[in-house]
Amino acid sequence: MIKLVKKINWMTLLVPVISVILGLLCGAVIMLVIGYNPILAYQSIVESIFLQPYYTGETIRAMIPLVLAGLAVAFAFRTGLFNIGVEGQLMAGWLASVACAIVFGHLPRVILLPLSVLAGGAAGALWGYIPGLLKAKFKVHEVISTIMMNYIALYTTAYIIKNFLYTEGERTPTIPAAASLASPFLANLTQGSRLHWGFIVAIIAVVAMWFILWKTTKGYELRAVGFSPDASQYAGMNVSRNIILSLTISGIFAGLGGAMEGLGTYQYMTINSTFTGIGFNGIAVALLGLNTPIGVVLSGALFAGLQTGGLTMQSNAGVPVELIQIIIALIIFFVGSGYVIKWAMGRLTRKGHK
Amino acid sequence: MSYAIEMRHIRKEFPGIVANDDITLQVEEGEIHALFGENGAGKSTLMNVLFGLYQPDKGEIYVHGEKAVINDPNDATRLGIGMVHQHFMLIDKFTVAENIILGREPKKHGMLDMAKAVKIVKELSEKYGLDVDPNQKIEDITVGMQQRVEILKTLYRGSDILIFDEPTAVLTPIEIQELIAIMKRLVKEGKSIILITHKLKEIFECCDRCTVIRRGKNIDSMAISETNPTDLASMMVGRKVHVQINDAPYEPKEKVLEVSHLSVLDQRKVSVVNDLNLTVHGGEILGIAGVDGNGQTELIEAIAGLRKVKDGSIKVDGQDLTNQRTRKIIEAGLGYIPEDRQKHGLVLDFSVGENMVLQTYYKKPYAQSGFLKNKVITKKAKQLIQEFDVRTPSEKTLARSLSGGNQQKVIVAREVDRSPKLLIAAQPTRGLDIGAIEFIHGKLIEEKKKGKAVLLISFELDEILHLSDRIAVIYEGRIIDIVNPKETNENELGLLMAGRRKGGAEA
Ligand SMILES: Nc1ncnc2c1ncn2[C@@H]1O[C@H](COP(=O)(O)OP(=O)(O)OP(=O)(O)O)[C@@H](O)[C@H]1O
Ligand SMILES: [Mg+2]
Repeated sequence: MIKLVKKINWMTLLVPVISVILGLLCGAVIMLVIGYNPILAYQSIVESIFLQPYYTGETIRAMIPLVLAGLAVAFAFRTGLFNIGVEGQLMAGWLASVACAIVFGHLPRVILLPLSVLAGGAAGALWGYIPGLLKAKFKVHEVISTIMMNYIALYTTAYIIKNFLYTEGERTPTIPAAASLASPFLANLTQGSRLHWGFIVAIIAVVAMWFILWKTTKGYELRAVGFSPDASQYAGMNVSRNIILSLTISGIFAGLGGAMEGLGTYQYMTINSTFTGIGFNGIAVALLGLNTPIGVVLSGALFAGLQTGGLTMQSNAGVPVELIQIIIALIIFFVGSGYVIKWAMGRLTRKGHK
Repeated sequence: MSYAIEMRHIRKEFPGIVANDDITLQVEEGEIHALFGENGAGKSTLMNVLFGLYQPDKGEIYVHGEKAVINDPNDATRLGIGMVHQHFMLIDKFTVAENIILGREPKKHGMLDMAKAVKIVKELSEKYGLDVDPNQKIEDITVGMQQRVEILKTLYRGSDILIFDEPTAVLTPIEIQELIAIMKRLVKEGKSIILITHKLKEIFECCDRCTVIRRGKNIDSMAISETNPTDLASMMVGRKVHVQINDAPYEPKEKVLEVSHLSVLDQRKVSVVNDLNLTVHGGEILGIAGVDGNGQTELIEAIAGLRKVKDGSIKVDGQDLTNQRTRKIIEAGLGYIPEDRQKHGLVLDFSVGENMVLQTYYKKPYAQSGFLKNKVITKKAKQLIQEFDVRTPSEKTLARSLSGGNQQKVIVAREVDRSPKLLIAAQPTRGLDIGAIEFIHGKLIEEKKKGKAVLLISFELDEILHLSDRIAVIYEGRIIDIVNPKETNENELGLLMAGRRKGGAEA
């Protein structure tokens, strides 16, 4: 882990930090213009997250799928691919885990719980494998195919729920307790939040990403192909196979994210008429986290905190919760313009020398 | 009289290394000034400082006698400084004209005026004798042509001081002669030129004065008329340089590479290797001589499994490897120093250490049951860096930040160290300094002595003549003759390369 931190050079670290500060500042300006008190607003976010166990728990809970989605995007990115299909992979994983839990409900917990989690990962893997195959064999660009796969997931999950797993309230039945990640202990600890054991899965996934990429021969290959497909091919690596593998592993992370929602937070899946948004937020999380495992955790925490704390901001400072989405969008905007920030910093330090 | 360029006491540090240490460079108006120094001496860095890509930590720059502050390449351009980089900076999918005008487009009613752009490019290319077709895409033209585009780019921006960073490393001998003619013409038109090269021949052919740097420090400046190649070479390396000669007796062993009736198509589906036959034995260096574009590249790509074989067969060590995967061919005993080091030889964003095991990372001792053994890799990398004198702060440094010649040394170290049965060396000493060339040549000869087969492709006839036990001349995708280097000379080779067989009708 120490090595991980060392790899980041300070200059690149500046961009996300400055982006977050600028995003928050711009958010404050907007609040001022509309007539709210930004200090009160931010204060209520910070206080709720750090001083009210319920919001702390909810923040960590919201982090779980965000981090997994972020890892999915970051993993693919590290190997030179844009996985825009995390959303679809996540939905596929969500439904698969819930379906597995319900269908095999009679099995004991030691088997059923891991099996359901794995089912989620496997469904995500499949949803990543298909665009990988399309790219490797037919050169279909993964951005296009993963977006298409998102829609396929959206409508297929709805269809399956409607026809096979339907219950009152436009959703699947609740999963049996044996497959649930929810924990009365954690809930009590956090004054009734929905915090569940899924955070352990997220931690394992964070370590796994780092381990796979930097400690295994496959990871070496994936990174080499990501940086330079030409040189990798000259060195005897199979570029197509690595593309497929990369998107498949990426899909596993996303699918696990969905399983955490299905088995942990909600205990069922509703018929979605629109996307959950977690997968897309995952892109932002990865971007802000510089596509590193640790970075994904940090930026996942930030986004989850803003979203959860945003609720108290509304009740305490009267600021509409939508403003949080604007702030998040602003942060992403600034990260995206990282080049400009670097350039400006360069200019400033240079002027300083003279 | 003031200098066109005067750089005084320049210092530039990178993490772990002082690339330029108190360097002073004075370039007179209207001269060709050579900047000479070993790989990693700091030549490119100094020129990048002049061009505004790097900021010096210390020192001053004067342009035409006036003190100048160069914050970025735009400043440099404004001051009339243009640079042709060691590695080209062109956009493949754009046409020649689009590349040249990029950033300074001629406009009509606020819209890009392409017709005018083409016209300007045509005029410029005629004025300086730089023959290009403005409408061709960069990806479709030769390296020599791409370089002319780079030169035109600087001329289009009105530069009167031109920096050439190792322009001849990527050129064929004929293109080099053309470039020298172009540079002489440019100087006649009143331009001043700074030329970086590792080839003494070129310096003595076209330069007026020369500045030598070694390990980031100034050694000396002198007029070319007052020195000679031997002195200059030892001044650069800091010791006497010996030419390595392949003096080991020629005792060919069993056949290692057997290519028979090989036909290969290029991207455009044109047959570029036609019914080619070639055998390389263990214990010999076989040199392939030929003008660029006669099928050399496609031949070696086919051997390496990177290009489909249409007809014929390729055997390594008796094993048929026609159209096999590259991995399998490498495991059967192929080592390959590719021509394009940045694109094919290295993963630039990997560290030097990671690059040292690019083909072997999954094998013992570098890995065990799928897990990398980073300690072993680091140790190997350190050993190779030491042995091959790769100038790098450490094995953790990204390959990207190494000097061009040191990148090449990383590749050569990796391939030679594996001691493959068959070593294909395509332009193995491109961009290397005289000392490093001597070293690499020694290594190739050593491989031969060990009984390995070496297939050498080079545009440098000197190199081919010095090292080869046999020389195969390739022309239009066929081996038209095999000659003994001891019984031939550059003239005869030149004729053969142009397709005239010995005693043929053309004689
Ligand atoms: N961007 C960079 N970051 C870190 N180190 C660098 C960077 N650029 C160059 N260096 C280091 O500075 C030294 C000088 O490099 P430079 O490219 O100037 O050498 P050079 O004289 O042009 O060599 P060559 O003949 O091989 O091209 C080298 O040791 C190189 O590793
Ligand atoms: Mg250089």
